[in-house]
Formats: sequence, C-alpha cells, structure tokens
Amino acid sequence: MTLTLAFRNLFHDRVRLAVTLIGILFSIVLVAVQLGLYLGARGMIISMIDRADGDLWIMAYGTKNFEEAQPIRARERYVALATPDVVSAVPLVTAFTDWRKPTGGSTLVVVIGADAEDGGLAPWNVVAGDVTGLGARDAVMVDKTYLAELGIAGVGDTAQVGASRVRVVGLTEGIRSFTVTPFIFTTLNRARQLIDMPADNITYVLAKVRPGADIEKVRDAIRAKLPDSEVLTRAEFRERSLNHWLFATGAGVALLGGAALGLIVGTVIVAQTLYSSTKDHLAEFATLRALGSSSGYINKVILMQAGLSALIGYALGMSIALTIVYLSEHTALPIVMSPGLAALLLALTVVMCAVSALSAIGKVMRIDPAMVFNR
Amino acid sequence: MTAAVTASEDTVPATAGNGVLDARDIVKDLGHGAGRVRALKGVSLSLNPGELTLLMGPSGSGKTTLLSILGCILTPTAGTLTVAGRPTGGLAPEALAELRRSHVGFIFQSYNLFPTLTAEENVRLALDVRGSRGSDAVVAAQRALQKVGLRHKLKSYPANLSGGEQQRVAVARSLVGAPSVILADEPTAALDSENGLAVMALLSQIAKDRSRAVLAVTHDPRTVPYADRILRIEDGLIVGEERRAEGVETVHELARTRKRKANA
Repeated sequence: MTLTLAFRNLFHDRVRLAVTLIGILFSIVLVAVQLGLYLGARGMIISMIDRADGDLWIMAYGTKNFEEAQPIRARERYVALATPDVVSAVPLVTAFTDWRKPTGGSTLVVVIGADAEDGGLAPWNVVAGDVTGLGARDAVMVDKTYLAELGIAGVGDTAQVGASRVRVVGLTEGIRSFTVTPFIFTTLNRARQLIDMPADNITYVLAKVRPGADIEKVRDAIRAKLPDSEVLTRAEFRERSLNHWLFATGAGVALLGGAALGLIVGTVIVAQTLYSSTKDHLAEFATLRALGSSSGYINKVILMQAGLSALIGYALGMSIALTIVYLSEHTALPIVMSPGLAALLLALTVVMCAVSALSAIGKVMRIDPAMVFNR
Repeated sequence: MTAAVTASEDTVPATAGNGVLDARDIVKDLGHGAGRVRALKGVSLSLNPGELTLLMGPSGSGKTTLLSILGCILTPTAGTLTVAGRPTGGLAPEALAELRRSHVGFIFQSYNLFPTLTAEENVRLALDVRGSRGSDAVVAAQRALQKVGLRHKLKSYPANLSGGEQQRVAVARSLVGAPSVILADEPTAALDSENGLAVMALLSQIAKDRSRAVLAVTHDPRTVPYADRILRIEDGLIVGEERRAEGVETVHELARTRKRKANA
C-alpha cells in the first residue's frame, strides 16, 4: 500500500510532478554532461600514455604532461638499455609546432614521432591508409576529427609543417587531444626534422621491463644513473598529467564544480516540490498517524515518492544525456558515458531525492495528529 | 420517534470502571502562557463493550479534546487512561500509535478518506498500517465494506461516492482491524437526515458486538434514540449520564421488531 499511496500521491498533481521531473532531469543532464566531459578529458589526457608500450617513461626533469616536454639526450636511451631487467628502450619525440593549412593560415599541432618497428607509440584506430605508409617520404597521419581544423579533406592532401612539406597517408578516429591541438603522427627522424630538433635529442624514452621484474626497483636503478632526468612509471606519469591538466589548470575543478552545482540545483527543486506535495497531503498523513501508522510507515511513503520521482527522472534525464553523448561522439570534446558513470548517476539521483525528502519528512514528523478532527 | 434512552438517576460524573477504556480524572490544558486554557477539568469515564455511548455537549465543552485523549492522539496533562487494559501514561508517541492501531478505530466528521485510493484501498490501508497485507487483507476489506452495504462500490473513489457512502467506507475502515474501541467524531454532522440516521443505525449495530465499545461525539439530537448511554459534557466536566432503561428498545431494535411483526 505504501507504494500505491506514493504513486497515487505523485500522479495526483501532474503539474507538480512535471516540475519535479524537470528538476531531476535538468540535474541529471547537467551532471551527466559535466562528468561525461570530465571522463572524456581524462581519457584524452592519458590516451597516449596508456597506448604507448612502455613500463617506464624517461623524460626531462619537471615535465608536467605528455604534450609539453623538453628534449633530453638520445644517450639516455642507452643508459636505460644498460640497466638490468630493461628489455627495450624506445625513443619518442613530441613537440608543438605550426601546421600551415593548404587553404591558408596556420594552426598549432603536436607532432609525435616514433618508429613503427620499435613498437613504442604507433597510431591506432586507423580508418584510412596504413601505419606502414608512414615509411613513405613526407608521410604523416592525422585524426579525422581535426580535418577541418587542419584545412585538409583527407588522405593524399598536403600541408607544410615548419620548413617541410607533409602528405597525409592515413587517418585515425577518436585520437583527440585535451588541448584541442591535433596530433600528427610520423616517424622519429621526420618528427625531428619537422620540429627542427637536433639528431641527438629525443623527448621520451619508453623503457620496457622484463616480465616479472620489480618495475619500481628498475625505475630507481635508472634514476640513479640519470640524475638530470625524471623516470616515472606509467601510473605516475598518468597521475602527473591528470593533476596538471585537470587540477593545476582548474579545468577539472570547473567540470566537477558544474556537476556539484547540478546536484545542488536538482536537490533544491526536488526538495521544494516534495515538501509542497507533502504539505498538501498533510491531512492525509495526519489521518494515517491517527489510524496508528508508525512514523516509519509515513516516512516510507515519502521516500517512495522521492524514489519514484528519482527513477522516472533518471530514465528521462538519461535518455537526453545519451542523445547529447551520441551527438558529441565525433566532436573535439567528446562526452563519455560509461556503465560506471550511468550507475553513479542513478545512485546520485536516488541520494539527491532521498536528501530532498528530508525536509518533507521533517514536516510530517512535526504533524499534530489532532488536526484530523479539524478538517 | 420512540425515546430509546431514558434519563437515569445518575447525574454528575458517575462512571463505572473496568471498561475496555477507562479514563480517570483527566485534565487537559491547551495553549501556553497567558493563553493557556483548561479544556478538561477532571473527567472520568469508562466505555463498556457492547455499548454505543454518545458524548454530547455544546461547542467548546471539550468533546473533541476528550475524544483525542481517549484515542491516544493527545496526552492528558493529568489523570490516567487505560485502553484495553494497558495504561497509556508515559508512553512514547510510537507506543501510542501502536496502541491506536491495535485497539482504536476512528470515524471522522469529514470522513478523512484518501481521495487517491478506492473504497477498498481506503479500508485496506487501516490493515496495512497494522502490517496485515496480501489477499487476506483484501478479503477482510471487502467483508468490512459488505458489512456496511458497499460491496458494490469496492473500486469507487471517494469523489464518486455520496457523503453517506463515504462515511460508511470510514465506518468499514474503523471496523476492519477489529479494534476494542471505536471513536466517532460528529459522524452525522456532514450528512443529511436519511444518511445520518443510516450511519447511526450502523454504529448501533456495530456496538452490539460484545468485544467492543463505541463512543460518538455529537450534538445531533437525532442520534439520541440509537444510544445505549449518553454522557453530557459542559465546560470540561461530565455533568450528566443517561442510560437506556432495561427493556427499552433502541430505534434499531424497534425497527427489527416491527419488521418481524410485519413479516409474521
């Protein structure tokens, strides 16, 4: 009966129900978009680090993230290789540079240089062309998302990077940058050439550790040999990049703050409508109390009203949020909806509605059952 | 109409003990500070099983306050109350609620039905708060509605029932949990003459059950013939008690006698 009563109370006043649902829906969509953007940003920040085939990253001291790294000497690679339990050490070059569009104008890009045969960091999700095509003269690969930004239409188009001409030999899909700066994949030497880096310089060394070896011990051993460089495990580098982009720049805080704001606004709207609904049904709750119902029974009715609102609002809010996620899929700023985030949103919605019910429960707790005689 | 109740020689507070509900020296102060008013000034009464007792008195005499205390909705400022043998003094609100749902049934002047529930659901709600659910509860609710002549209105919402029918649903709701005491607050006040008398007849019939007592607060003189006993309250005190003389039939019994004779 509690569920029946909660359901009927809820649907008795359709206008109030609509206001409640709009409040929940608004809150869910806002939180979903903010957290989805956060997840999307997180994915973009760590995608290169996760994709690269290395247990340890050797880099210039003070490097804050993947894109913004100073050069180191190429000999660091051999120092790493000479360390016990290191099975491979692959050089990698990254740097910001200018891409001159064939249509005129220029845009900033991040050149990533690695040799495919080293297995360090090769383009993935290739939708046109082939990674082996990077062996050709002037060859680069770019992501489909940035074609317009780069002023090109697809494979075969050419542009100028630094003093060199480049030709697009392949396209990837979904390799996006948090800084909205397109990634340009090419070989190690061509990357050096494009960014005008001396031949004995590189940006990173990706060291692979023998399976079963203690990665942290190997890291410490390399650190001891390279006091001027930093050696980080994959997890440490991820953490550092995330901290820099999401928290040091304030971008992540803004996204999480937006999500928190959505929750607060949703809670206030639901609390207000639930409170006024309870107030309207106060005489009925007083009758229930006079009939001998426990306060737990009445609280259950109110919480069920809140729970039903949460479920209906969640279903509506998620359908809108999923539409937005779908529409953002091919943009430079994708919103990610994972099963974990969907579950978290459901939990947040239920908690938000339960918290909203507290004011209504407080009102009912102060009810005077004697009012049943004054109706 | 035959006078069914005769005045007894008893006048001022003469109430017996050992009823299903016993109140002793009940005092109730309402309000605070300078606005404090003594609504009840030492009321003692017992409700006996198998009796329909009317509590009559002018407005402001303390009828509803007394009813609220007898129904464990308000707690007295002083005095003792025992319901179904259980003293209520010092009980917490939840314990009083438990006492109400186990032993007390209420009928209200404005019916107090839930507009979003059907007649059957309204009755079943009284069982639900007692923890009685499932098909047994449905059957019990339907039986209670059958008892009040509303078997054909199970699925009707209060808005589709007449005032008399709504009050009968409220009577069924008060009955369904088999309480020891049924307390009715002006049960006929919102009804026309015909429906008012029908509801009183119903209460009178319910009161015949030796397992329960019925108390109705009223100032409707049409209800007098249905009473087994009348308590008069004025200014917060019971000022008189009248009891139907032995052998005098109530209107309800008279009607049945007449019907029997007519059939014969």
